Amino acid sequence: MALALLRTQKSPMPGFGLGMGITLTMLSLIVILPIGALLAKGISYGPAEVWTAINTPRVWAALYLSFRLAFLAAVFNLIFGTLLAWVLARYDFPGRRVVDALVDLPFALPTAVAGIALTALYAPNGVFGSIAKSMGQKIAYTEWGILIALIFVGLPFVTRTVQPVIAEIEKEVEEASATLGAGRFYTLRRVILPLLLPAALTGFALSLARAVGEYGSVIFIAGNLPMKTEIAPLLIVIKLEEFDYNGAAAIGIAMLLIAFSMLLVINLIQIWSRRRIGHV
Amino acid sequence: MYDRALSETYSLPTQQARPKWRPVTEESPLTRAILIAVALGGLALLVVAPLAVVFAEALAKGAGAAVASLAKPEALSAIKLTLIVAAISVPFNAIFGVAAAWTITKFDFRGKAFLITLIDLPFSVSPVVAGLALVLLFGTNSLLGGWLVASGFPIIFALPGIVLASIFVTFPFVARELIPVMIEQGRTEEEAALTLGASGWRVFSTVTLPNIKWALLYGVLLCNARAMGEFGAVAVVSGKIRGQTATMPITIEMLYNEYLSVAAFTLAGVLALLALLTLILKTGLEWRHADQLAATRRH
Repeated sequence: MALALLRTQKSPMPGFGLGMGITLTMLSLIVILPIGALLAKGISYGPAEVWTAINTPRVWAALYLSFRLAFLAAVFNLIFGTLLAWVLARYDFPGRRVVDALVDLPFALPTAVAGIALTALYAPNGVFGSIAKSMGQKIAYTEWGILIALIFVGLPFVTRTVQPVIAEIEKEVEEASATLGAGRFYTLRRVILPLLLPAALTGFALSLARAVGEYGSVIFIAGNLPMKTEIAPLLIVIKLEEFDYNGAAAIGIAMLLIAFSMLLVINLIQIWSRRRIGHV
Repeated sequence: MYDRALSETYSLPTQQARPKWRPVTEESPLTRAILIAVALGGLALLVVAPLAVVFAEALAKGAGAAVASLAKPEALSAIKLTLIVAAISVPFNAIFGVAAAWTITKFDFRGKAFLITLIDLPFSVSPVVAGLALVLLFGTNSLLGGWLVASGFPIIFALPGIVLASIFVTFPFVARELIPVMIEQGRTEEEAALTLGASGWRVFSTVTLPNIKWALLYGVLLCNARAMGEFGAVAVVSGKIRGQTATMPITIEMLYNEYLSVAAFTLAGVLALLALLTLILKTGLEWRHADQLAATRRH
């Protein structure tokens, strides 16, 4: 069998051919072929044409908006998520376990449901939206609305990567710091924070990657005005509805490249963290 | 004995008498209270409020109106379609996840790290881009898609496309959950069974499967929640044909855009209940079978 050539070591374990066969067949059918078709579309369309299709003010505005708001949402989640992880791992209060379970809600709740719920809350006639309106502000159908939706979908990432690391920190490390005369805040900043940094950055990158490509929760609250509140994934959908397959593929390829580079960054962070503290 | 004698003699502070000092590894009670308040307040605002508003809007015109909206043919066909999609894509992913985890953890081969990266790829690709890729591969404009449509088996704007999109976005769920668990369990138990003369299937069903069943269930649970709720990828490939290719999330969008608020939020409420059920089962698994789950150890 051709697959057997891949193996570097003989083992008596059965099922290599079957397992590898199923894995590669499904991987090809579901992931590799479609992504390959997207890249092939870009090649047949021609790199110069792809660049021309991307290099329009509307596409740049959409990509810039998606990336900028995703970054801001990830920064918020980095700070709030770390705080949440600390509170859940270190403090005991009534209902802690329920709160712990609720952190994962944004992962479990379908994005369309989140989208209409957030819009209902932050629209000018909604509970929070009307408060903003009385102060002369608007949240839904502006960048603020998009930001809130992106914060929602990325919320659990940082907490879920940082929380196990906090649980593993030995109390002795903090005690040693205290016996050397460090105040509590100094210990947190100089001892705890560096230990949490790799996990927090991994969560940050995951949250960022998710937010850049997010569609369902954003389109309801965004208002979707070209050049103003139009996110990149929506632009792909619009191009497809206009049967502009080349234009859609061009934006799709740009987003795929962004996704690949973020995947690379996440891997680099994990390699760096493994070198630094010996585990991820 | 010695300790007690000592404390009796010198009346050292005992456990019962609370010390006035606090351990150096704790924050002051005030800081603690503020941090807990910020965490809970933020979570209430960001997560609990949206969840609550789904049910509030669904019941805005009474429970009767909500139930009536669910009985409409549009809602019923959406629920049916979503169940069919999940019933096909989840077992598909479970089989793939087990096969991939078995291959990756029980054998050494070239390109293993690359294979793992490829399996993880759908996590970092935007669902809309995934849908777009499927349209480019199977759409009527493509070579393959044109031939499939001509032979009476359309994929895009039909059930197969929705299933493929759902499998794509949930692709890594089961494998991701199983791989760390199976790495930790190693190969020795399976090797022992083999030396005792068990066949490959026997080893898998009597040794491996019992060891990974809770992790498998955990992965299937998350996979199911995502498959039933997927919007972006399905929106692109489904064509949104009412009563035919509109899944629950797509129908929610259509109802919402038609200002049928109660109907949209009732259907959303059904999915929100599913999400809550998933969280409850997931938390239950984490409490009872923490030793067998990768998620509780992952960092």
